Amino acid sequence: MAQSFPEDVLVHVFSFLNCDKDRNAVSLVCKSWYDIERSSRRRIFIGNCYAVSPEILIRRFPDVRAVELKGKPHFADFNLVPEGWGGYVYPWVVSMARAYPWLEEIKLKRMVVTDESLELISKSFKNFKVLVLLSCEGFTTDGLAYIAANCRNLRELDLGESEVEDLSGHWLSHFPDNCTSLVSLNISCLVSEVSFSALERLVARSPNLKTLRLNRAVPLEKLPNLLYCAPQLVELGTGVYFAEIQSDIFSNLAEAFLGCKQLKGLSGFWDVVPAYLPAMYSVCSRITSLNLSYATAQNPDLVHFVSQCSNLQRLWVLDYIEDTGLEALAASCKDLQELRVFPSDPYDAEGNVTLTEQGLVAVSEGCPKLQSVLYFCRQMSNAALVTIARNRPNMIRFRLCIIEPRAPDYLTLEPLDTGFGAIVENCKELRRLSMSGLLTDRVFEYIGTHAKKLEMLSIAFAGNSDLGLHHVLSGCESLRKLEIRDCPFGDKALLANATKLETMRSLWMSSCSVSFGACKLLGQKMPRLNVEVINERGPPDSGPESCPVEKLYVYRTIAGPRVDMPGFVWTMDEHVSSRLSRATE
Amino acid sequence: MAHQNDLNLKATELRLGLPGTDESEDMVSTAKNNKRASPASVNDSGLNSAAKSADNETSSASKAQIVGWPPVRSYRKNNLQPKKADSETGIYVKVSMDGAPYLRKVDLKVYNGYSDLLKALESMFKLSIGEYSEREGYKGSEYAPAYEDKDGDLMLVGDVPWDMFMSSCKRLRIMNGSEAKGLGCAL
Repeated sequence: MAQSFPEDVLVHVFSFLNCDKDRNAVSLVCKSWYDIERSSRRRIFIGNCYAVSPEILIRRFPDVRAVELKGKPHFADFNLVPEGWGGYVYPWVVSMARAYPWLEEIKLKRMVVTDESLELISKSFKNFKVLVLLSCEGFTTDGLAYIAANCRNLRELDLGESEVEDLSGHWLSHFPDNCTSLVSLNISCLVSEVSFSALERLVARSPNLKTLRLNRAVPLEKLPNLLYCAPQLVELGTGVYFAEIQSDIFSNLAEAFLGCKQLKGLSGFWDVVPAYLPAMYSVCSRITSLNLSYATAQNPDLVHFVSQCSNLQRLWVLDYIEDTGLEALAASCKDLQELRVFPSDPYDAEGNVTLTEQGLVAVSEGCPKLQSVLYFCRQMSNAALVTIARNRPNMIRFRLCIIEPRAPDYLTLEPLDTGFGAIVENCKELRRLSMSGLLTDRVFEYIGTHAKKLEMLSIAFAGNSDLGLHHVLSGCESLRKLEIRDCPFGDKALLANATKLETMRSLWMSSCSVSFGACKLLGQKMPRLNVEVINERGPPDSGPESCPVEKLYVYRTIAGPRVDMPGFVWTMDEHVSSRLSRATE
Repeated sequence: MAHQNDLNLKATELRLGLPGTDESEDMVSTAKNNKRASPASVNDSGLNSAAKSADNETSSASKAQIVGWPPVRSYRKNNLQPKKADSETGIYVKVSMDGAPYLRKVDLKVYNGYSDLLKALESMFKLSIGEYSEREGYKGSEYAPAYEDKDGDLMLVGDVPWDMFMSSCKRLRIMNGSEAKGLGCAL
């Protein structure tokens, strides 16, 4: 029996494997490869924190340096997940503090992070380098003070779009004078002022700082000070881009930007005064990423600025850009890969900007590399969608939100089935799709037939019957995440495709027609799924079994039922009936 | 891939809408009235039938808001204040009172109208302003509220519609009643 390779050689070979897919494949070859791989895996990604437990993680992977965790379902972004649902990072931090003293990176998305957790992180990991908190909540600036004070080698602190309780601006002063390791700092979500002098000193002593995203409270007049301290910046998020119109402010700004030769990305621009946009003209031609989604500038100032950025690859902008602006974009930014157009006034049914399907069609025609789209608009047609699909077969992410639910093709008044059908048929590499407008079961038939690479699908106010859901669950081979709201999908399709759910990360259904009885059945038959019913109005058994549940969240897990559920979440398993009757005693 | 074209679900169909409504009818009517609020739009507390019929009558501008729709993150909603064309002139205005040692500042946006504003000024400066009349201004009161408009003219508060006032007021001045006579006289 020949020994294949000495262990050292295998370890060395495996060190070149960085992606999880490869490492997972390698660990299935044989037991010794499994053991070698697990002891050498350093980076872990857990897409659903409840799919596995800290204990299971640590048991398999004893020496991890970087952990990424995601908590709440995506629809939490739109207030569909009630407060107190879960996603607490604390138990993870406690376990990892014991098991991974050399942990360097923690990245969290949609999780509840307490000051206690931050304090524990700051004191448990001597070599801690990277903390990224995207769309998190539950902590205050006191927690940040611990991170600043205790993480001697901190390289990255990114607060994403988290909800932070702002107790004072002094947390920044807790960075010791000998902390010079910062590479990336994003405090754009903080509401109140940070001490500017502390910020300036911090930036000045961080020669490796590449990303700096300021919060709104940093005044425009002071921005040049920071730019002079950090001319090596690659990504800048301005603070408020508003000041009284004064020529010296303008010239200071323009001169400071002249010195930023490495700048590739810009964001911020709250309360933008268009007269100050030209101060950045010297950097525009190098800009590849531009986030103007908080900039309430209108045309022509807006489009004039964007057109200066001929090397733009990514643009996030408000619908003030209008169709004319997008046509200009299509003409001047031939490298554009990603476009996101957000609504300036989402609740106004009529809208006061001329942004229609024409703008998106123009960009799809003019930008050959366009592969990722998020577009809010008020009208759409099948013809436009078909054109877009034919223009851009390389599309990977397509998210369209027509503001009015169930809005039909505005030209023909037909459903938009044909249009979205063209998207999935032509764009064979499509990985993510969000749909809106008037849609029947037919569109789901197209999706099930063609969208073979689709990984994430978001559906709202669509479909006629369970057949729609059945097409998706039985046809989309690569589906990982499915989120549905306000659709007439019920028990049959769900139960008929129960095993499919074990191949997916998660399924969310809210305001649909799934009955309590079906949820119980699913939970009882599928022990490797957590079937969770969210009912805020009372226990799901207070009505007949045929009564629809308010919200349903189903996900595969090896950790068993959650132990931290709030009162409005019920897990459907063999004990559910006894648990419910006990609850009403 | 063989699957039935019809799962024969109609008989056991659980519906999103209320009993007695027909989903396909809803969609046809929506197709014809694509500007109208969707009759079956549901928020998490569930629209009852009264609200549903009311929806069909009201214009789209005042339709019930659906939870989480359009799908814009609250972070984004909170951080974006739609800019009015004239908001650059500032809604904070200085308020001076004749004889007072220092000025105050008020945010005009906070008030619903003149009576709101005047009540606030009365409380801020501990005085009484009295009733406005088109003919005679604030006749009979010790103090009269005046403001400086875009053209630099001193105007009596209350003559123009509130919105027009908000966009043209540069600063407020509480004058002594005796001085204000000239502003409020009928011709």
